[in-house]
Amino acid sequence: MAAKGWIEVSDTYCKGCELCLSACPQGVMELNMERLTPKGYHPAHTFKDGCTGCAICAVVCPDAAITVYREVTKAAPVAATA
Amino acid sequence: MPKELWKGNEAIAEAAVRAGLEAYFGYPITPQTEVLEYLSRRMPELGRAFVQAESELGAINMVYGAACTGVRVMSSSSSPGVSLMMEGLSYIAGTEIPAVLVNVMRGGPGLGNIAPAQGDYYQAVRGGGHGDYPRIVLAPASVQEAIDLTALSFDLAEKYRMITMLILDGSTGQMMEPAEMPAMQEIKRKNFEWATNGAMNRERRILSSIYLNPLDEEKTNLRLLTRWQDVQANEVRYKEYFLEDAQFIVIGFGTAGRVALSAVREARAQGIKVGLLRPITVSPFPYEALEQLTGQAEAFLVTEMNTGQMLDDVMLTVRGRKPVEFYGRPGGVVPFPDEILNEIKRIAAGPVPVHSNPRVSWLHRATAHA
Amino acid sequence: MITPNNLVYERPEAFTESPTHYCPGCTHGVAHRLVAEVLEEMNVVDKTIGVAPVGCAVFAYNYFNTDFVEAPHGRAPAMATGIKRVLPERVVFTYQGDGDLASIGMAEIVHAAARGENITVVFINNANFGMTGGQMAPTTLPGMKTSSSSLGRDVETQGYPIQVSEMLSTLAGVGYCVRRSLHDPKNIRLSKKAIRTAFETQVRGLGFSIVELLSTCPTNWGMTPVNSLKFVEEHMIPAYPLGDYKISEAVKQIKV
Repeated sequence: MAAKGWIEVSDTYCKGCELCLSACPQGVMELNMERLTPKGYHPAHTFKDGCTGCAICAVVCPDAAITVYREVTKAAPVAATA
Repeated sequence: MPKELWKGNEAIAEAAVRAGLEAYFGYPITPQTEVLEYLSRRMPELGRAFVQAESELGAINMVYGAACTGVRVMSSSSSPGVSLMMEGLSYIAGTEIPAVLVNVMRGGPGLGNIAPAQGDYYQAVRGGGHGDYPRIVLAPASVQEAIDLTALSFDLAEKYRMITMLILDGSTGQMMEPAEMPAMQEIKRKNFEWATNGAMNRERRILSSIYLNPLDEEKTNLRLLTRWQDVQANEVRYKEYFLEDAQFIVIGFGTAGRVALSAVREARAQGIKVGLLRPITVSPFPYEALEQLTGQAEAFLVTEMNTGQMLDDVMLTVRGRKPVEFYGRPGGVVPFPDEILNEIKRIAAGPVPVHSNPRVSWLHRATAHA
Repeated sequence: MITPNNLVYERPEAFTESPTHYCPGCTHGVAHRLVAEVLEEMNVVDKTIGVAPVGCAVFAYNYFNTDFVEAPHGRAPAMATGIKRVLPERVVFTYQGDGDLASIGMAEIVHAAARGENITVVFINNANFGMTGGQMAPTTLPGMKTSSSSLGRDVETQGYPIQVSEMLSTLAGVGYCVRRSLHDPKNIRLSKKAIRTAFETQVRGLGFSIVELLSTCPTNWGMTPVNSLKFVEEHMIPAYPLGDYKISEAVKQIKV
């Protein structure tokens, strides 16, 4: 099962260039047309669930605007040997 | 230290080494190539940096880089090569870092010839590179003076965060004279608060000559000019010979001044009350000394190995109060003492009018002979 | 709720806090980010001196937390030579565009490479002079329209583009010379590896290192950022093939 991830896109740095949108393998990113950054760009954001924290968006971001987190999953405890 | 026979170019090279030169970047061009050749052996011997660059353009930019780190660095070239360095000099000036450049002048303009000349006075003293920036220019007239002024040029460059140029001509560069070399100075890297040498344990620094905001650039220009006032107040140097009772005063720098000295001595022997003012710093020019002499002199004779460049600085100071005559040998020709002696006699026999353009009256005399 | 364990990626510390002036989507930002990440990972940030070019990256010094100097147009390799020769234990890199490096700076780059100067050059190739408004550059493709080749580059009168990596790889002083691209995540990762190898080449004294990075210029190409990535893939890579043009034996041994 894919890990759960989440991102933070900084209003200071994001220029709404859209490179992350097409790079996202899960297709969960779009520009937020409801908001503007202080410089007047529509910043990127995840608009639905499905982010796996793969960080490909951060890899393509020219402005290092994205911080990426991933849930740390614990494996199920191993049954005691009989 | 005892005197040894030194060739001008090599003496300058060794003097720089002894003054703590850590890096030399240069390119071959006659008549200064011996500086490059000498240092190509000497610098590696001492584990110091040496690069023969791809061009003078490359060389001055290597100087620029090394100068940013705060070490003592130098380049040398001759007239056409120095022209190539003008961009770099303007950048170095705009960045306000120390650097030393030696110009062993040759006949010009253009490719010219490899004979001694003084045709780069304007370029050295007035500008050369673009923009408003001052620079210190020293003019030695002997191998010993070249040694002494080389050491001084590093000190001045660092003290004022500015370019110091040593201008001499091919004859001083090539001649061999007995001279005393100072003792080797240990290299002591000074911790300049502006140097970009890798931000260990401190805030990082930027060195640049860019000031996009015109008001900031204006401040920079004013800062450079203000610093120049200090230089003018404190660093003027010149030599005076037989001036106390001189009626006629010869003014010449470098080799022209040295040749003029022979003429002045001979003229004195013949009873003419003539003296010599030989600027050592042509920038800052000894305006005050000359101003003081304007009262006492009956006439001035400016002699240079060009078509009259320092002449303008003299005219600026004398301002038509006394006659100024000119005698020049441009193109790589070195005057003999008797030529200058004849001029002194002509002026002493006088009276000479106050010309508005002594250059033109000289030109007529010069082309009348041809 | 968020612990350091959750963090997958954040802005490198070698980056200053300043937002960049580059156009939205310009891959200068990606290249800058990769260099900053590498310097941080190698733990050399406080030993590094960068040399900024004249070009869009003229303000590169605003973005890296290292000492920086500003070179005249094209002269960065010469300035870097001056710095590295007097401070051999520091890390010295230049960051240059195609106009800066391959036009006015051609003599400086060839000779720094030939001398085997232990510097690292990050070469951003976006086939035009960006900062001054998109003029034709030595790497502009035949037929490509720029503000000084408005009918498209005519090889008859305006000559052919120069393949810098191929050319420099012929020089014995070069320890590492590769061409990569910044047009998709896979290639960006390969670019980072190349930049790392280049800096390792320097730190181990193995000669001149250069990474040519095919990059975009959406504004002057008149395309969206996403479409300009496609332009790199479809037009620039065929003209400037990605690959390793020179890796010396010693550099081959480096494992990053």
